[in-house]
Amino acid sequence: MKVLMLGWEFPPFISGGLGTACYGLTRAMSRLGTQITFVLPRPVTSQYASHVKMAGPSASGKISASELFESGEFSNVEFRTIDSLIQPYQTDLSYDELLRQMGKSLGLKEDAIKELLIASKLGLSANYGENLYQEVQRYARLATLIARTEHFDVIHAHDWMTYPAGIAISAMTGKPLIVHIHSTEFDRSGEHVNQMVYDIERQGMHYATKVIAVSHLTKNIVVNRYAVSPDKVKVVYNAVERNGSFMDATQMAIKKHEKIVLFLGRITMQKGPEYFLAAAKKVLEVMDDVKFVMAGSGDMVRRTIEMAAEMGIGHKVLFTGFLHGDDVDKIFRMADLFVMPSVSEPFGLVPLEALRNDVPVIISKQSGVAEVLTHALKVDFWDINEIANKIIAVLRHPPLSTTLKEHGNFEVRKLNWDNSARQCLEIYSSTMQPAPV
Amino acid sequence: MASVCFYFQVHQPFRLRRYSVFDTDTNYFDDYKNAQICRKVAHKCYLPANRLMLDLIHKYEGRFKISYSLTGIIIEQLQAYAPEVLSTFHALAQTGCVEFLCETYYHSLSFLYSRQEFADQIRMHRNLIRDTFGQEPAVFRNTELIYHNDLAHFVKEMGFNGVLCEGADHILGYRSPNFIYHPPGVRSLKLLLKNYRLSDDIAFRFSNQDWAEWPLTAPKFANWVSAVNGNGHTVNLFMDYETLGEHQWEDTGIFEFLRHLPNEIFRHPDNNFKTPSEVIESYDAVGEIDAPHMVSWADIERDLSAWLGNAMQSNALHELYQMEKMVKQTGDPDIIRDWRKLQTSDHFYYMCTKWFADGDVHKYFNPYDSPYDSYINFMNVMDNLRSRCKQTAATLV
Repeated sequence: MKVLMLGWEFPPFISGGLGTACYGLTRAMSRLGTQITFVLPRPVTSQYASHVKMAGPSASGKISASELFESGEFSNVEFRTIDSLIQPYQTDLSYDELLRQMGKSLGLKEDAIKELLIASKLGLSANYGENLYQEVQRYARLATLIARTEHFDVIHAHDWMTYPAGIAISAMTGKPLIVHIHSTEFDRSGEHVNQMVYDIERQGMHYATKVIAVSHLTKNIVVNRYAVSPDKVKVVYNAVERNGSFMDATQMAIKKHEKIVLFLGRITMQKGPEYFLAAAKKVLEVMDDVKFVMAGSGDMVRRTIEMAAEMGIGHKVLFTGFLHGDDVDKIFRMADLFVMPSVSEPFGLVPLEALRNDVPVIISKQSGVAEVLTHALKVDFWDINEIANKIIAVLRHPPLSTTLKEHGNFEVRKLNWDNSARQCLEIYSSTMQPAPV
Repeated sequence: MASVCFYFQVHQPFRLRRYSVFDTDTNYFDDYKNAQICRKVAHKCYLPANRLMLDLIHKYEGRFKISYSLTGIIIEQLQAYAPEVLSTFHALAQTGCVEFLCETYYHSLSFLYSRQEFADQIRMHRNLIRDTFGQEPAVFRNTELIYHNDLAHFVKEMGFNGVLCEGADHILGYRSPNFIYHPPGVRSLKLLLKNYRLSDDIAFRFSNQDWAEWPLTAPKFANWVSAVNGNGHTVNLFMDYETLGEHQWEDTGIFEFLRHLPNEIFRHPDNNFKTPSEVIESYDAVGEIDAPHMVSWADIERDLSAWLGNAMQSNALHELYQMEKMVKQTGDPDIIRDWRKLQTSDHFYYMCTKWFADGDVHKYFNPYDSPYDSYINFMNVMDNLRSRCKQTAATLV
């Protein structure tokens, strides 16, 4: 089985759960002997680019996984990168920022960069630049070129930016297209959907032979909002990497005087940061020795900081910005509790990582991960009283925390990527069997 | 000789309402839901089952006999929400064919934590049964048939002459539950052991279509009982009363099964029905049962793990009984009553994580989505109760 996989992020170039999911899934598939070519739009600049051996920025650099990862676990994966500006969860602002950085790296003067920005603004739609649309199309064109040089049985496209590429390649080669929904426009934007993105998503889902949704929650959105036949949509849950890392004594919880309640994720409407703050305020009315840490970047950071100040709890809420690798582990070791008050969360990998790190979790009922976790506290994201009630309970009653950790950690071990990979392989096979006459 | 000894447990807890850490009032219990469940169970189980028992007692002219244990708090709830059920129990009490057993008033686990409280609740219950049904209970059953050597000694001191317990394999060994035994060193107290195979055939397997013996008919069951003749004295069928009509719905045929059972049992001339006191009267103990560890009738483990299996459960129980002195010193009847209602074992059963993922009998009548929610709720209520005690203590000084 050979798979052409179209993705948009991959560690270390990640800004959210999608890259982590692609990493886990491809690694498990590789272990199961599946050949994968992973096509990736590489961001132009990244402070992490120097940490890995990336081949030169040619339009279709070919890198085998062994050059990137030491483990040898990716022996069957080959990466193809396209120099593109596409980044996941993109907004105008970050696109501009990228343009600016690209301009600087090219040695352009400030005036020239400004011109570039103004030019790119012409004909903008509400949220996404025309340029972003062009980037998606450019990715599609280049991915199609790459596809010509590859042999594969199925095309597996992750999220909307890769769908035009997937459709083009499928049309060209006649190979079945499978689209994998990690999030939909309704999750990201609520009811204010971007029509262009919606159209691309819908087109991809309808063109695809099979649709993979990361939860039943997402499947329902796909069926109800995109009018896809339920038979065509399969649910494959995400999982969590088993590093098998038993923490040694030196890595045990960091000593501290105060309890720490953690929010970790993009600080954006979808993740419900304002509900986290509102609950924090409620908790602080009853308890004093608590700090609330908000780790992540996003378009609502500034507003969230202001909101904390307005509520008069600014001194109790810390913002760390986006955390990488070791810092994530460190913040988990410091945390007494992880809270995910997402308004809409197709799956939600972070709670699994928290539990793997022995941190109990409160998750919103409006999340896919709530379908697979039983040993988690579940709340409606809008019910700030209940969120606060549960935060206080975990912080006050150690036996609650202990029981959640013990059972949760055990439960997370049962969620492994090999199962998810196997389910994907079954779905591949089903698309290749001739329909019964 | 094979005597069939039926004992039915009648109990419903006072379920707590959703009580957040931000709540400050003292209305801990969900009166609406408790009334609703009580009435539902009354109509599906208690009323039809009581009528059936009355019919059978009249039909067999006193030869059909049964026993009940009604907790103090089900009697309180029946008085409030379904008094018609209580009058059918009165009618049963007057037939002379029905024995009422004694237990802790609040269906509590007090035996494990406070012997003083345990004794208080037994006395409360004994008085209640005397006042309600005009009987002096002589046989004791502890909450969930939790049993231990010490319990035998303790209730002997309180004047009982028999105790019901689970016929668990690990205390019986190769021996049969169909005889009467005595605890080590106390020959005058008799132990009635539940025949869990035959009891569970009715209570759990009756409607299970995957069971090889399904459908269970009265003649078939009576044959199993008659087979005991010659190697046993009594077949102790102990179960929740809610088995009739609730755990086994009416359409499974459970009521019809019971209606025909006495006739089938009487087909064998050596068979009869006896109440626990009559069994104790009729048969001698054949041996000693040593129970140095706690035994109960719950789950397959038949131990305490359903109420004390995780850190939350033991924490909640320990903290609750730690308050005993403080609660009693207030002398406030409302505080003491609330504290006692919190002792009902169901609250801790809801916190069980053993079978949580699978979902089973623990979910029945369970008002919570998860054991964690039940623990959080319980701890919030207990916190409030504690602060009430402190307030009262402050005013007393």
